[in-house]
Amino acid sequence: MLFKDTALVYGRCLRQSLRSGVALFFGVLTPLLYLFFFGPLLTGLPLGGQGSSWQVLVPGLLLQLALFGALFAGFSIILEKAQGVVERMRVTPVSRLALLLGRVLRDTTVLLFQAVLLVLAALAMGLRAPLGGILVGFGFVALLAVALASLSYALGLTVATPQEFAPLVNGVAMPSMLLSGLMLPMSLAPAWLEALSHVVPLRYLVDAVRDAYAGSYTSPHMLRGVLVAVGFAVLAVTVGTRVFRRAGA
Amino acid sequence: MAAVISAAGLARTFRTKRGPVHAVRGIDLTVHEGEILGFLGPNGAGKTTTLRMLTTLLAPTGGTATVAGCHLVTDPVGVRRACGYVAQSGGVDGQITVREELVTQGRLYRLTKAEAVERARELAQDLGLDGLLDRRTAALSGGQRRRLDIAMALTHRPRVLFLDEPTTGLDPGSRADLWDLVRRLRDEHGTTVFLTTHYLDEADALADRLVVVDHGVVVAEGTPSALKREHAGSADASLQDAFLAITGRRPAPADAAPVAI
Repeated sequence: MLFKDTALVYGRCLRQSLRSGVALFFGVLTPLLYLFFFGPLLTGLPLGGQGSSWQVLVPGLLLQLALFGALFAGFSIILEKAQGVVERMRVTPVSRLALLLGRVLRDTTVLLFQAVLLVLAALAMGLRAPLGGILVGFGFVALLAVALASLSYALGLTVATPQEFAPLVNGVAMPSMLLSGLMLPMSLAPAWLEALSHVVPLRYLVDAVRDAYAGSYTSPHMLRGVLVAVGFAVLAVTVGTRVFRRAGA
Repeated sequence: MAAVISAAGLARTFRTKRGPVHAVRGIDLTVHEGEILGFLGPNGAGKTTTLRMLTTLLAPTGGTATVAGCHLVTDPVGVRRACGYVAQSGGVDGQITVREELVTQGRLYRLTKAEAVERARELAQDLGLDGLLDRRTAALSGGQRRRLDIAMALTHRPRVLFLDEPTTGLDPGSRADLWDLVRRLRDEHGTTVFLTTHYLDEADALADRLVVVDHGVVVAEGTPSALKREHAGSADASLQDAFLAITGRRPAPADAAPVAI
């Protein structure tokens, strides 16, 4: 039942996304701009990582894409709530969890599609990385998207207006981006900033994807990255499910 | 007649930053199978909150109720199978076609793809949406839109249909059509209809029995003519007079809290 219901909600949401055409590409615009106009600045700099500067930058841009794309996913449910679509579905016997998962998986699909576009563009710009590492990178994008989209829908369902939603999400997104070393590795940071970055879960994912792009799949970074990403996703889906189950949300 | 809805002391208190708000204080009511019940009350009286509890959208904070024999709290899925609900705002996406919305709704009610397609065709025919199946719902007129909302709620042939202010914003012709539709549902399918409205002519013309709520409790109930006799002095009085006598001139209870949720 859960599987069929999820597939049904997923299908409806994905058709909505496909219908809006341009929106499919919108999220990838910002990371592409960084790739084209920021990436070339790094090629000669000593970033302290393994491999080329592209192997440092592209993992960050991938996770930036997932961070912003998934965190703002819940915006759509504020509109659907106002149209009465959410309540109309909640009075049917459809699984509450499916109402969340169908949406989250739609966003994950769209973000993976954008991630592939980003990597293709990066290859054209000069990125060289092992195929296995690129695939592992997509895996982390998917896990982060599931986690953050779940939390975002939970927030979207809870707040009354879009005006409350955007500042809250920005308040999470910007510090996460700056403190996780998305743009430049934290190995360049002074000790206090480096220490502070360890409280941001995203930091561990960034380190893991950079290792994957350098071809090292069994490093301590990778282990910590996988544990944090999976743990965070499980926690976030649990929170999302509770909010979707609770009547009156 | 058998009771299809019965509520005892049904209550809902919202916690807000400014203290608890008692939107519904304790509703006792019985609705019989095949009845058209008009649920009336001033703005903020607790009508929509009651409706949302009876359709499982909102958990009660007190009292109990059963719909079609299923308990609200212990068997919400049973309640959902037995009832259809049309909210004030409707509930369709403007960018999606009428056909897709109807078919998806059928599948949410666990019909197979083929059954859902067939049911969408049937409903469109039955509710005069025939030629509109491939139109986006945003391109429908107000009356067509409301008929679509109702078609969505009828997908699974519910025993009870809840309509929250179904004719608000409709032109007189569309209102008359909707009244006919509600009567036809009851006459042909035996559907129990529970509707809220602010139009007293509508309540008078359509409902077999009225329940009036104010400050979150039932303050009067009976047939339209009984309420007029009892509260406005004669069966020839207007329902407006009876309604004002019931709700307008009574002093509010001492602990009345604003119920604007």
